[in-house]
Amino acid sequence: MRALTWHGTKDVRVETVDDPEIVNPRDAIVKVTSTAICGSDLHLYDGVIPGLMAGDILGHEFMGEVVETGPASTLRKGQRVVVPFTISCGGCFHCRVEQYSACENSNPVEKQDASAALYGHPMAGLFGYSHLTGGYSGGQAEYVRVPFSDVGPVVVPDHLEDEKVLFLSDILPTGWMAAENAEIQPDDTVAVWGCGPVGLFAIQAALAMGAARVIGIDHYPHRLELAHKLGAETINFRESHVREALLEMTGGIGIDAAIDAVGMEAHGFAIDNIIDVVKQKVGIGIDRASASKQALLAVRPGGRLSVPGVYGGMTDKFPLGALMEKGIQVRAGQTHVQRYTDRLLAMIEEGVVDTTFLISHTLPLEEAPRGYRCFHDEQNTWTKVVLKPGMEAQQ
Amino acid sequence: MTSHGRSHGALAAGIALAAGAIALAAKQQNRRRRRDHPADDAPGFTARRDFGRYEVVGRSVTIARPRAELFAFWRDFTNLPRFMENLTDVSAAGAPGHWVWTIRAPAGQSVEVETRIAREVDGELIAWRSVEGSDIDTEGRVTFEDAPGERGTRVGLIIAYAPPMGEAGRAVAKLFRREPEVQARHDLKRFKMLMETGEIATSARRNDATRAAKMENA
Repeated sequence: MRALTWHGTKDVRVETVDDPEIVNPRDAIVKVTSTAICGSDLHLYDGVIPGLMAGDILGHEFMGEVVETGPASTLRKGQRVVVPFTISCGGCFHCRVEQYSACENSNPVEKQDASAALYGHPMAGLFGYSHLTGGYSGGQAEYVRVPFSDVGPVVVPDHLEDEKVLFLSDILPTGWMAAENAEIQPDDTVAVWGCGPVGLFAIQAALAMGAARVIGIDHYPHRLELAHKLGAETINFRESHVREALLEMTGGIGIDAAIDAVGMEAHGFAIDNIIDVVKQKVGIGIDRASASKQALLAVRPGGRLSVPGVYGGMTDKFPLGALMEKGIQVRAGQTHVQRYTDRLLAMIEEGVVDTTFLISHTLPLEEAPRGYRCFHDEQNTWTKVVLKPGMEAQQ
Repeated sequence: MTSHGRSHGALAAGIALAAGAIALAAKQQNRRRRRDHPADDAPGFTARRDFGRYEVVGRSVTIARPRAELFAFWRDFTNLPRFMENLTDVSAAGAPGHWVWTIRAPAGQSVEVETRIAREVDGELIAWRSVEGSDIDTEGRVTFEDAPGERGTRVGLIIAYAPPMGEAGRAVAKLFRREPEVQARHDLKRFKMLMETGEIATSARRNDATRAAKMENA
């Protein structure tokens, strides 16, 4: 089959690799019809996530048709499924309390040591996201082996086209959980750092959850325009001082909740961020955390910080004092995708949630490297790239 | 673990010592009665001490399955190679409660050790010990206790082991010293996977890759 493989920083290629097989009883094989490049794939593209190996197949947002099932799979051949990026067994303690992204059994034993050493506990298995999370082959390919296929995949009805349901795999529930973690109350003002796909879905969710005002922060005019269309006010951090603007827009109160949908590769002018960029380049200290740092200072005392943005390592000069002295609650984490998929699928069917506005480009899988380059370099206009393995390449 | 000098003492004495080491490692409640045990509530095997000439490895895992089910699965020792990486086979020996373990050694070698059940408490504990005259002086115990809330069962495994003599023994010692704690943790996690999900997770895309990985580990 053809698949997008990682070979090094900013080096991804479409290559011919072996087709996947049923390996464990609960597996299914999915023939991919649509797969997207995620903002978090750009962290892999930039080489700032440890634990990738040359030849790894990337991609964790995908859907397709079930073409093969293991003896213990509950799926049937021919079903259309969206596959959550988190691999969850359904039987461990964390799965049972719906903390699916903390599944204890999906990351192969021999792969658990690295993340256990970094974080104190091992991470769960994720598709296409480095060997820290299992080294599972990802979805930017013609076929994918899907473990625990009786737990994760969401069967979708035929009348909903791919573009409407694909984002159930990650960014739609991620935006939703980000808003839920912000514990939004009526009359709240919520600020969202980063108006990429997750930030935009978080804006959508925060408004749906009853926030009085949502303020989107970014520096790409087109992304701010999308935020505005969803009903958010906007701050362009290249045009205005973010903290001052937030304080003045709220009459000196500050925002009630902050959502950091930026993560480890924040842009920013602050001196500590410039130092962090240098450290990241030379390989000491992994996370540039200027979004979270700024958010902690902007949140009112007793407010909340929700962090859906990906961080992988450590940071310094973190305003722990602001966190403690202002009594801010922080909630973070990889998305417990399976907790949200049924609810969100129903909202998509009812027309309450729309995800198609986000897609700016649809490319054949063969052109995935160009998709990565443009999604990375031209973030203003390339808001979301969907790859189609079946699509004819344009010459 | 620290390294130990090779002793040429009588094997019987060695076995008695192994029993001592494992009792010490398992110690949790009666700590104040033992002069040489740290005065805290941590499991003995986490102590910053060594256990004489014995390697002692202790690990625990919580499995979301009933205690009786886990006990029954473990009690059939032929199940152990399904999740213990260094075991190629366990089969019943002649006498009741006796098992012959075939342990993978480097360079395609293998070593056999015969054990007998030293103690068994239904649903709670199984302890085994190598028989006299064995190449390897080892003892192990697995305990099963109800975990808090709805979390299932806490499974504790302690293995004490004296680096044995002879060619095969040295090979096994090398293997064991590779990273015994890591090995024990991995084995228990595989046990958990098998019990909670019915399978052992792998990111292999193909069956030949799984087989190749197993060969590599061997």
